[in-house]
Amino acid sequence: MSDLPKSDELFSHIDHRPPKGKDWMDIPVDIRPGMYCYSANPKSMETLSAPNVRKWNPLEEDWLLPDNWQEILHNGLKERLEKFRSFKVFMDICVRCGACADKCHYFIGTGDPKNMPVLRAELLRSVYRNDFTKAGKILGRLAGARPMTLEVLKEWWYYFFQCSECRRCSVFCPYGIDTAEITIMGRELLNLLGLNIDWIATPVSNCYQTGNHLGIQPHAFKDMLEFFVEDIEEITGVNCTPNYNKKGADILFITPSGDVFADPGTYTCMGYLMLFQFLKDKYGLDVTWSTYASEGGNFGFFTSHETMKRLNAKMYAEAKRLGVKWILGGECGHMWRVIHQYMDTMNGPADHLEVPVNPITGTTFENAASTKMVHITEFTADLIKHGKLDLDPRRNDNLKITFHDSCNPARGMGLLEEPRYVINNVANHFYEMPANTIRENTFCCGSGSGLNAGEDMELRMCGGLPRANAVKYMADKFDVNMLACVCAIDRAALPDLMNYWETGADVTGVHELVGNALILPGEKKRETDLRGEPLPGMEEEADE
Amino acid sequence: MRLEQRITKHKRQIANDWFAILAGTYPPDTTRFLKTNKDTFTNPVGGTSRRTLEAVLDALLENAAPDHLAQQLDALIRIRAVQTMFTPSQATAFILDLKKIIRDTLKSNLQDADMQSQLLQFEARIDRLLLIAFDIFVRCREKIYAIKATEEQSKIYRAFARAGLVRANPDIKPDAGVS
Repeated sequence: MSDLPKSDELFSHIDHRPPKGKDWMDIPVDIRPGMYCYSANPKSMETLSAPNVRKWNPLEEDWLLPDNWQEILHNGLKERLEKFRSFKVFMDICVRCGACADKCHYFIGTGDPKNMPVLRAELLRSVYRNDFTKAGKILGRLAGARPMTLEVLKEWWYYFFQCSECRRCSVFCPYGIDTAEITIMGRELLNLLGLNIDWIATPVSNCYQTGNHLGIQPHAFKDMLEFFVEDIEEITGVNCTPNYNKKGADILFITPSGDVFADPGTYTCMGYLMLFQFLKDKYGLDVTWSTYASEGGNFGFFTSHETMKRLNAKMYAEAKRLGVKWILGGECGHMWRVIHQYMDTMNGPADHLEVPVNPITGTTFENAASTKMVHITEFTADLIKHGKLDLDPRRNDNLKITFHDSCNPARGMGLLEEPRYVINNVANHFYEMPANTIRENTFCCGSGSGLNAGEDMELRMCGGLPRANAVKYMADKFDVNMLACVCAIDRAALPDLMNYWETGADVTGVHELVGNALILPGEKKRETDLRGEPLPGMEEEADE
Repeated sequence: MRLEQRITKHKRQIANDWFAILAGTYPPDTTRFLKTNKDTFTNPVGGTSRRTLEAVLDALLENAAPDHLAQQLDALIRIRAVQTMFTPSQATAFILDLKKIIRDTLKSNLQDADMQSQLLQFEARIDRLLLIAFDIFVRCREKIYAIKATEEQSKIYRAFARAGLVRANPDIKPDAGVS
């Protein structure tokens, strides 16, 4: 026994615990690869007339800031406190009760306390107290105040781009503080110094110039849709050629460009095309797409309110130009928060459009009376409710489906029942995830608000852990093999998430399921689903 | 009584202590959260950690095959492989802590030579577990790199290629590696 080292001696050299007992203000920011996104491309920043355009690297000491950067931030903060009453209130009323602390998926996944919503907000509040409150000015740190230093600025940048503005924390705040709005303000202030990330700045620049995030020009946009038309014709025998930029159409349809350009959103896009063809053939509904307003997403929302307004205006300008009655919006996430919560006071009311009425069912969409824009799952659910669609849900029988409530439609506009209603009518096997992970409690995909880049994959995987964990549980318990959602960022982000966490589930939009089940007038016997996979019971035909 | 039986007798306490040490590798606020929230859906790190440590302890006691140990350990290492606050050694060092916990728990029972020899054999299993953890950790990191390298191509490129909007080049295989 005496020859053996004591157990304490064996492990005394292993240092695997972070420093303890320090106040959060004393723990310096450590910008780690995998947790941040690359800085904005100067060309994109120039397009947007952004300030302090230059190439800079977050890992370098010098961020190439203007000499008076502290003054710029102070004035920016002052202006926003005067302009946005909500922001001022959110700065003052938090009692640090901690109800939000453990609700953030980034905190839950990364284990970094500065991702607790309350602490993320304190990053900004501490400077607010220092600059704008008597207590902060007199008592300083005792009152939770601290001056703006380069170290603090770096901390802001690091953690405000580790928040997906999903608002889960806000659901639990007894004072109703919308912590996402604090991040929004934080990012706005950072943008005053040219501190944006490229995954946001370049899509915004593209959207501003060519109408969509990828910068795809109108003819290529049309080419992609025509390719889908060919695919659909091969599968169903029906030509679903849509209208482009058609003046006088009943409805303008706008969806995130991710549905047009990135798998698996492309299959959802095919579902839209089929639905519109069905409605045209059966009821004479005239829907048009626009190759100019070719983006429902609005990364301006993640930059500043002015940028959000600029990008949002384009959709309404196009609706006006085409003379449609109202706008139908595709399966997008943050587009709906912009429409539902900001559009009306930014660019609205959209008086040149009509209060949306479904011409087939007569339903008035009262919730969209002012914005004149209706979510496609509301529209489709209304059609199904009135028995206006011919559906064969057995075509989705190979799928065991669960539904991920996308943060913005769920918490930003209360869209909870409609997607479920649609899924339950186009498929036979639907299973709900645990209650504390869905509906208003839904967990973010971990990649929202412009964080869906490649270089921050570790952050995304940590942030998406609570969601993936719930899906894995469903896969183990109910053999769930398909995760449905109503957001293009989800459709882009969730496949990676499902892959890393090995849930075995694939990802689909709700209207891909609709497209599979929808019986088009004059269609041939279908053998495959929209992905070209054999339909249930058709496996042998596919082999031949 | 054999060592395994003695450990089994104190299994719950050993697993709890092990979990406490693992939770202690996070900053104090996080440790508190990991320990107090028992719901595995709102605390997946805590829930997975508890479950994994218990299952791994069982597997060690059964002297399970490496494949089985890897299967049990995977979910926890998968989490720590993306938690960038840890270096690779910090992410996996908790495995060695089990040695200390067992020694401390069974202190009075480890006096005789036979028990000492059994202890060393059991500790060798823990050493092997660390190597398994190392394999899983590297596999997870490689998977992250693969996803980083191919995600754009596998989504956007594939959609464009299907549409015939990119010139076909047989040397480019964007789908390789990530499935």
